[in-house]
Amino acid sequence: MAEKRITIRATRYDPEKDSAPRLQSYDIPFSDESMVVLDALNYIKSHVDGSLSYRWSCRMGICGSCGMTVNGTPKLTCAAFLRDYWPRSITVSPLNNFPIVRDLVVDMEDFMNKLKSIKPWIIRKQEVPLGAGEHRQTMDQIDDFRQFSQCINCMLCYAACPVYGLDDKFLGPAAIALARRYNLDSRDEGIKDRLPVIASSEGLWECSFVGECSVVCPKGVDPAKAIQQTKLDTTMRFVLPFGNRE
Amino acid sequence: MDFESYDVLVVGGGLAGIRAAIAVVETNPRLKVAMVSKVYPMRSHTVSAEGGAAAVLRPEDSYENHAFDTIKGSDYLADQDVVEAFVREAPIELIQMEHWGCPWSRDPDGKISARPFGGMTTWRTCFAADKTGFHMLHSVFQTSLKYPQIHRHDEAFVTKLLVEDGRCAGVVAIDMRSGRFDAITAKAVILATGGLGRVYAFTTNGNICTGDGMALAYRAGVGLKDMEMVQFHPTGLPFTGILITEAVRGEGGYLTNRDGERFLKRYVPNKMELGPRDIISRAMVTEFEDGRGFEGPHGKYMHLDVRHLGEDTIDRKLPFMRELGREFVGIDIVHDPIPVRPVQHYMMGGVDADISGITPLAGLYAAGECANVGLNGGNRLGSNSLSECLVFGAATGRKAAEYVSSAKAVGVKPIDTMLKDETRRIEMDFLNKKSGEERIGAIREEMQLSMDAGAGVFRTREGLAKLTKQLAGLRDRFGRIKIEDSSRTFNTELMAALELDYMLEVAEVITYSALAREESRGAHARRDFPERDDARFLKHTVAMRTDDIAPRLEYRDVRITNFKPQARAY
Repeated sequence: MAEKRITIRATRYDPEKDSAPRLQSYDIPFSDESMVVLDALNYIKSHVDGSLSYRWSCRMGICGSCGMTVNGTPKLTCAAFLRDYWPRSITVSPLNNFPIVRDLVVDMEDFMNKLKSIKPWIIRKQEVPLGAGEHRQTMDQIDDFRQFSQCINCMLCYAACPVYGLDDKFLGPAAIALARRYNLDSRDEGIKDRLPVIASSEGLWECSFVGECSVVCPKGVDPAKAIQQTKLDTTMRFVLPFGNRE
Repeated sequence: MDFESYDVLVVGGGLAGIRAAIAVVETNPRLKVAMVSKVYPMRSHTVSAEGGAAAVLRPEDSYENHAFDTIKGSDYLADQDVVEAFVREAPIELIQMEHWGCPWSRDPDGKISARPFGGMTTWRTCFAADKTGFHMLHSVFQTSLKYPQIHRHDEAFVTKLLVEDGRCAGVVAIDMRSGRFDAITAKAVILATGGLGRVYAFTTNGNICTGDGMALAYRAGVGLKDMEMVQFHPTGLPFTGILITEAVRGEGGYLTNRDGERFLKRYVPNKMELGPRDIISRAMVTEFEDGRGFEGPHGKYMHLDVRHLGEDTIDRKLPFMRELGREFVGIDIVHDPIPVRPVQHYMMGGVDADISGITPLAGLYAAGECANVGLNGGNRLGSNSLSECLVFGAATGRKAAEYVSSAKAVGVKPIDTMLKDETRRIEMDFLNKKSGEERIGAIREEMQLSMDAGAGVFRTREGLAKLTKQLAGLRDRFGRIKIEDSSRTFNTELMAALELDYMLEVAEVITYSALAREESRGAHARRDFPERDDARFLKHTVAMRTDDIAPRLEYRDVRITNFKPQARAY
C-alpha cells in the first residue's frame, strides 16, 4: 500500500526578507491516524524545513500556545486532527486580527496589556489575614464564575471577533470574560474598579451578540454571554440614577 | 553600554518563579524584579498539572504524617529537615493561593476540599477539579500583574548565567522577537525553569521542558543533585504521552491488565491503585513483560477504568479527563476504559540548592522542579510538587530579597565583555554557521529514544554504558548541526538548537549518575542491583561538570532527623 500523505500549506513570513506573507506547501507522510496539525508542523520542522516558526508546548489543549487558523477556522492545532481534513490539503495560517511577527507567530502584546487593565486579581476592601484561613465558598458560588475561569488565553476568540477585527481598541472577548470571572467571584469586591475600565473601552456596544467568540472557544467559555451581562452591569451601575450603590 | 539592571532576576514564569517574584516584592516593596521567561508565563508547564496540591489542612491529619509519607515515598533519600519544614509551610501557601483567587474545589461547608493520592495515607490533596495546575498558574500569574515592581521579559531565552567575581550577576538572554542579545543584570538570580522531560521521547512534559536552568547552573560550576532520579508516571496516554491524572485513581479508578485483573494486588496489596508512582510504573512494565498488557498500535498498555464511578462524579471531579478522552483518544471515559502506560513525568533531581534555594554559587538560587532542595529524594509523591513550587518559590524569593539588600551592585565593564563573548559564541556556533549537515530534529529524536531505552523505568549497567556512548556520539554530531534559519526574528530553530544543547548536557548527567548508583532506590531501579543499599548509597549524588563529558560525582549524606530508614512496603 502506498504511504498515505497529506499536503500542508503554511504561511511563511520573515519581516527581514519578505514584503508580505506567502504560503509554502509541504507534502508529508500522514503516518498515524492520531496525528494532529501540530504533529504535521513538527514533522516539517524536524525533517523538511527547520526555519518554520510557530509556538507550541503542552500539546494537550491547556497551555494555549498553538492557536492558528486551520482552513479558515481558528483552532488549537494540537487538537485539530489530520483525519478530519484528509484527503483535502490543510492551510495553516496565523490567527486573524493580530499583527504577524514571523510565519505562524502573532503579536499578542495587545492582549497582555488588556488583561492587566481589567485588574484580574481578587480585590478586597479589607484583606483577610492568612491566619484566618480560607474564605468559605460553596460549589454553587464557584458555579457562578466557573466557566469564565476556564479561559486559557489562546486568542482564538480574538481571531474570530468581528468587532476586534475592525477596532483593536475593543477589550475583546477573553479579557471581558476574565473580568466577569472576578466580578462574579464571591471573594471579590472589585467590580467597581473593573466596570469603568470596561465601560470606557471601545467596542463594547458594537458587540452584537454574534457569538463567534463562544463558537470557537476550545474550553467551553461563553465570552458572548459575559459581554452581554457586562453591558447590563454597566447600565445598572452607571446609567440608571439608582445605580452605583452598594 | 547600558544594561537593564534589577535587584532580583527570576528565570522562568511558572508557579515557582512567579511565587518567588511576588515573595521578593512582598518582602521588600522597593526591590525591582525581572521575570525572564522563554514563553508567556501562563504557557509554563505548571499549567498541565492536574490532580492537586498536598497540604495538611484537615484536623485528622498531622505534619508528622505528611512528613513520613513524603520520606517513605522518597525511599529515604529526602533530607528530613527539609521535608519537616515543607509540610509546615504548605498549608499556609495553599491558603495564600486561595486568597489570590484559586478556585479550589470545596466541601459542603465551603472549606477547601481534599482527595486521596498515591503514597499519601490520608486525604490531603487539595484540588481545583482536575485542572489544579492550570488554575494555580493563572491565579498566581494574574495576581502578579498587580505588582508594578515585577518587570516581565516574556519570550526571552536565557543562554548564559553571568558570573563575575565568583558571584552570579545576571543572565544573557535573546529577545525572541527582535533577536537582540541582552545582558540583564541583577544582584541575585533565581532559577525556576522547571523540568527536563523532553530528553525522553515518551513524556507528559510540554515542548518547553528542556532542562535549561539545570544546564545553565551546571555550566556555571554548580552541582546537579540526584539526577538519576527520574519519575515515570504510571498513566500516560499512548502515542501522545498526555497525562491522565493520578486523581483518577484517587477518586477510585482501577488499573487492570488484559485479563481484567487488578494486578496491583501482587505489588502493592495494601495500597492498590494508591501506591506510589515508582512502584506502580514498575508493576506495569513487569506485567507487560509477562505478557499481561494490552497490545495497541502504539505499544503495550493497561486499562484505567472509572466506569463504576458514574457520570456525576466524573463530571464533577474529573471533567478534564473526560475532555481529554473525547478529544485525544475518541473515547468517553464514562463508558470506556482509558488506555495508559508509564511515561516520563518529573525530575526529582536538579540544581543543588538548600532549604532556602541557596546554591553554592553566590547570588544564584533555585526553586521548583529545576532545583533539588532535598524534598523528593528518590521518588516524589503526587501532589507534592505544586506545593513544593509555592513553598520553596516563596522561601527562595524571601531569601534573595534579604541577600540583595546588602549585596553591592554589579560592575558594568566585565558584563559588557561577557555579553560580547556570549553573542560571538552563539553567532559563530549557530547563527552564522555556514557548514554542517546534521538535523537538530534527528539528533533530538535519537537522544530521546536512546534515553527511553537506556534510562527508563528499569536500568542495567550494560544499557547505561551503551547510553553514555550514544550520547557521546550525539554530542559529536551536535557539533556538525546545520541551522537553516538565519533570521533574527523569532528564530525557533536557534532556540531548538540551544535547547538540544542543554538537553544533551542533562541527559549525560542523568546517565552517569544512574550508572554509578549501584542499587535500586525510589525511581532508580537497577536490574543488576535490585536491592536498596543504605550502607553505600544512603547518599545524594552531586554531579560536577568537568572538561570531559563525564561529570565528577560526589556523594553527600542524607540528613536524617526523626525517621529511621526502614524497608519500604505498601
